[in-house]
Amino acid sequence: MPEIEYKGQKIEVDEDGFIQDPSLWNEELAEYLAKTEGIEELTEDHWKVIRFLNEYYHEYGIAPMIRKLCKETGFKLKYIYELFPSGPAKGACKIAGLPKPTGCV
Amino acid sequence: MADKETPLLDELEKGPWPSFVKDMKRMGEKNPAARDHLRLLEKSYEDKLVHWKHGGIVGVQGYGGGVIGRYSDMPEEFPHVREFHTFRVNQPSGWFYTTEALRKLCDVWETYGSGMTNFHGSTGDVILLGAPTENLQACFNALSENGFDLGGSGSDLRTPSACVGPARCEYACIDTLDLCHDLTMEFQDEIHRPMWPYKFKIKIAGCPNDCVAAIARSDFSIIGTWKDALKIDQDAVKEYAEAGFDIQGLVVDKCPTKALKYEGGRLELVPEDCTKCMHCINKMPKALRPGDEKGAALLIGGKATILQSAFLSWVIVPWMEMKPPYDELKDLLRRIWEWWDENGKVRERVGELIYRLGMRNFLKAVGLKPVPQMVFRPRANPYIFWWPEEVGKNG
Repeated sequence: MPEIEYKGQKIEVDEDGFIQDPSLWNEELAEYLAKTEGIEELTEDHWKVIRFLNEYYHEYGIAPMIRKLCKETGFKLKYIYELFPSGPAKGACKIAGLPKPTGCV
Repeated sequence: MADKETPLLDELEKGPWPSFVKDMKRMGEKNPAARDHLRLLEKSYEDKLVHWKHGGIVGVQGYGGGVIGRYSDMPEEFPHVREFHTFRVNQPSGWFYTTEALRKLCDVWETYGSGMTNFHGSTGDVILLGAPTENLQACFNALSENGFDLGGSGSDLRTPSACVGPARCEYACIDTLDLCHDLTMEFQDEIHRPMWPYKFKIKIAGCPNDCVAAIARSDFSIIGTWKDALKIDQDAVKEYAEAGFDIQGLVVDKCPTKALKYEGGRLELVPEDCTKCMHCINKMPKALRPGDEKGAALLIGGKATILQSAFLSWVIVPWMEMKPPYDELKDLLRRIWEWWDENGKVRERVGELIYRLGMRNFLKAVGLKPVPQMVFRPRANPYIFWWPEEVGKNG
């Protein structure tokens, strides 16, 4: 299992860079993960998405559907891609500390 | 590659037909990923186990779909297929390419990926098999520079696909190529940025022969048809008869709705009994052809087994004119997506949602009236659930 080194601590991630243990997540780690997704600075709008995803996950144990994410944040999907260029699943969920969303392609 | 390395796969080369093993060996001579892929497949045959892991999320900037993550579960033994991601590349309407475009596509893929391709996947896209994570963005950029874009994957609108239609086929009732291109351009957001409960496929067939199998393979099937009566050339009918063709036995008796009569050397149609199944036209193409008033029937709900069993699409609009800019069609699609997205559960296809909530609710939500053409045998089973307020009104 690959690891990332963050503040002297080794954190397990999967091959796509999602942290394996959601309890290790904190806002500083989110800033670090954001850089791996090419986001230099997290703005208030980024945090709105990240906090919603993180709280939803802790309440329900899954990632919300995209429609829910857009409704709750009030952001259009296109704007979410502007905030997170690699998209809500690969980008925002990873930074919010969620395990990798499973999906069938 | 040493011949003895893949004894089980080598068996597949022995038959009279071309084998993918031969193709992969040829690519393996110059590409280590192709070689490791072949060895990994041999291992799967030995173990009777797939050695690809489930899932994986990879992508390129600005897109949520189009690249599918694949990882081997034996990365140490097969290092060159540790990451082996798949690109879906949007095909041109009707799969017409210039050889120059194909060469460019293959050059890009040999630079960034395994060099192995699949023309085409069931969605219709060109499938480029196997690239490492670090090459994805550069490969996408090179594809873009050469005029190609990615197709759909995940919970989005999958790449619309159409039969060759009027480009090669006299039966085509609609311009499938233009319609497919138009819908692809109109719904770029829906193709590239997954937003729905699950996938949604649109396939377009030029006539009821449905050569793209739209009725079985797409959530939304657009099938060319005509409104008036099919056309009969009686002189050509005579020629068939004189050539010894059994018109009564092979055409008239086989008409599923008994809409044809053959008397005194003339073939006659009862238009209101004809369901445009194409059987007679296929049997006597020189004498019979579709009518003049052409358009398409729209069907919904086709899919393979997932939550529910496999469904065929069923008719929701018996006939709609198909002329650019196709606004009526696009408006209907948007209403359907709105209802499905609002009511659907995770991984519930639109056909399954209709099955769960009822056709009556679906029709009301998208503003369509129930009509007899939606029923398989309307003359034998005219049953319809009326809304309570309609019962009062109609006595």
